[in-house]
Amino acid sequence: MSAATKKTRIFAVVALAIAASAFALITVGGLGENLVYYWGPTELRQAGDKAIGATIRLGGQVVEGSIQFDPKTTHLAFEVTDGRERVPVRSVGVPPQMFREGIGVIVEGTMTREGHFTSERLMVSHGNEYRAPTEGEHVDVEELIRNAEAPAEGR
Amino acid sequence: MIGFLGRSLVLLSLLAASAGMVLALASGLRRNAAALAWARRLTYVFALGMLGANLAMEVALLTHDFSVQYVAQVGSRSTPTWVTIVSLWSALEGSILFWGLVLGGYVAWATWWTKDRHPEAAPWITAVLLACGVFFAFLIAGPAHPFATVPNPPMDGPGPNALLQNHILMVLHPPMLYLGYVGMAVPFAIACGALIAGRLGPDLLRSLRISLLFPWSFLTMGIVLGGWWAYEVLGWGGYWAWDPVENASLLPWLTATAALHSILVVERKGILKGWTLTLVLSTFLLTILGTFMTRSGVFNSVHSFTQSDIGPTFLVFLGMGLVASLVLLSTGIGKLEPEGRIRDPKSREAAFLVNNLIFVMLTLTVLLGTVFPLIVEAVQGRQISVGEPYFNQMSVPLGVALLFLMGIGPALPWGRATGKKALESLLPPLSGGVLLVVLGFVFGARSPWLLLTLFAGGYALYVTFAEMLLPLWKKARAGEGGQGVRLLFGKGRRRFGSYVAHLGVVLVLVAVGVSTTGRQTIDVTLAKGESTRLGPYTLTYVGSHLEREPHRISTVARVQVEREGRSIAVLEPRLNQYPSMREAVGTPAVHSTPREDVYLSLMSLSDGGERMGMRAFRNPMVIWIWLGSGVIVLGAGLVLWPSRRSATAKVPSSLPRRREEEGGEGQLEVGG
Repeated sequence: MSAATKKTRIFAVVALAIAASAFALITVGGLGENLVYYWGPTELRQAGDKAIGATIRLGGQVVEGSIQFDPKTTHLAFEVTDGRERVPVRSVGVPPQMFREGIGVIVEGTMTREGHFTSERLMVSHGNEYRAPTEGEHVDVEELIRNAEAPAEGR
Repeated sequence: MIGFLGRSLVLLSLLAASAGMVLALASGLRRNAAALAWARRLTYVFALGMLGANLAMEVALLTHDFSVQYVAQVGSRSTPTWVTIVSLWSALEGSILFWGLVLGGYVAWATWWTKDRHPEAAPWITAVLLACGVFFAFLIAGPAHPFATVPNPPMDGPGPNALLQNHILMVLHPPMLYLGYVGMAVPFAIACGALIAGRLGPDLLRSLRISLLFPWSFLTMGIVLGGWWAYEVLGWGGYWAWDPVENASLLPWLTATAALHSILVVERKGILKGWTLTLVLSTFLLTILGTFMTRSGVFNSVHSFTQSDIGPTFLVFLGMGLVASLVLLSTGIGKLEPEGRIRDPKSREAAFLVNNLIFVMLTLTVLLGTVFPLIVEAVQGRQISVGEPYFNQMSVPLGVALLFLMGIGPALPWGRATGKKALESLLPPLSGGVLLVVLGFVFGARSPWLLLTLFAGGYALYVTFAEMLLPLWKKARAGEGGQGVRLLFGKGRRRFGSYVAHLGVVLVLVAVGVSTTGRQTIDVTLAKGESTRLGPYTLTYVGSHLEREPHRISTVARVQVEREGRSIAVLEPRLNQYPSMREAVGTPAVHSTPREDVYLSLMSLSDGGERMGMRAFRNPMVIWIWLGSGVIVLGAGLVLWPSRRSATAKVPSSLPRRREEEGGEGQLEVGG
């Protein structure tokens, strides 16, 4: 191996190593910044300020009598609960046909400083075994999220 | 009765594959030609058994024989016949049975193809293919078990998943995907054969390339049809959401595309042999990983139908494949001697290498983002997912780099280039890039990434056209234009087809860039007769009606679309209610033009149809994604179409013949 080829080879190896570590850093960093957390209202409350700005999939049941929808502006406000905590949710957009009081929903968005959750995506849970929880019973948020899947969601 | 027949045929396939695999291995170890001949016969038996089992299932479906478990699961007397036929692949067990059929077809094809070719590797190729056959036949006979008997057959079944029977594209998408996925077993087997034989000669390389390109074309179609289906059915206005299921199909596509390119370097320069085989092995492993992820229910989505034993079985197979690949690579890679090396970073082979590195980076990025939530859930029990921004921020720069390389690579010569010569070929295409950027700017493109995409696209377009038509120009200048055209479709067809495929890729990537950055959407509720505006369009809610079909009831809203006072379409987005589902499934209505799509998604109807809520999108250039994909597949088809010479004359594999037979690439190179 001539000195010139050796030099090229060392150069190539060093360049590759730098590129690989840069790539690894960017990838892992990008991953960490873009995680979506699957939480229920209780977990959301527990997270406190951590929930502000983080992307969250919040699962829960729509509280009876909490839905306010303005057809003109398509502004929608309602509350979700897991039987313990309640979180007010606001979004813009026409909700799906199935959306109504007492149904399980998943909203994707983030918590604001004003104390409400802004949703960019609303999904209705349609697990076939879903039933309305009785008073005081804990809603299985994980089960809810598992069954969520809506027009807004890919596949 | 039919269930018994099906079970027997599956068992026959399992026996044939097992016996054939043992015979093929024995023939490889002892160089026994008679054993190989029997192994070959048994591959055909395996394929016929699979074909028979699939036909038996179709008969059971069509005769509504609910004593067969799978029919009881997805069959229904009320579904239309076409839905009944395609329900073969509408749920887990049936789709695995269908995989068996596809695998049978490929195994039979590969056996026929290798009959008089590469004797040094043929036994191993047959053995590996039959090993896959054993696995799938075992899966169908055991864990997946579509032919199980139902003790008390019901009178009627629920019918297949509503989302799947909602659109005709669902008939096409899964078979295409399976033809792509399963077909990767053949290049895998050939790569294993090459590693065991310790040789990757021109003839074996050619078989590898063809057997890789063929399923690659189907995989491409499968991925695009999946996106198209999502676009036409799911109603969220897009076609790609970095969903695990989509990623699972993209991963092997990325490595296979990388391999298709590195094979060219092996052909020309005799280098990157081990690397190419590594890519081919990874492609197959990624198809198995993808199958595991989509079929086992680890991700809950439309595609993962149920929890079952199938997942663990796939994991075991994946683990065995991984170990086998690593062992083969570590023992075989040293035997494949490079016949040269990359001497110049300004050469085409260097560009190919960078192309491969980017494809691998893309693969790793997507793989990490897809698998990470599974790892977190397994380790910590927490549910998370990786958001779309991660995938976008990683894949957009890499995609743009690939697009740019598509211009740089073909412009550079093989071997060495002087700085002056390299500049001479690299500078003129800049005009193409600038032209497309200016054009984009005039039409309102402002996003920096979009402008970069347009630049890279224009650059690549210039080079692609120049390279594609070069032989034609040369001949035309000599006054032999007619001969030039014949050259494109004759000797130079492989080269021509490759550039046609590149053209399609530019179209697709530019259209993806434009459609994602230029999308406009509104959410409105409209009373009957009321209108709203979407860019230059006026949308008026005309009214709604009910449509009753045996298997569903649809609420159809009629929306008039006008542009500058002229009516251009009446769109009918709908909500379909299937008896098996609580929630209505929407079907959006799309009006496509070359410039943009108007896409309406009905969200809800209230007050007895007096008021409707919908989401409306203006999606620019989406149609070009589907058309561009067609161009890609057309290009691949041009490359694959058997030439008259190779179809008639079989040359023993020991003779060097590659350059003569496929002279296009060898003789028409610029400066090569």
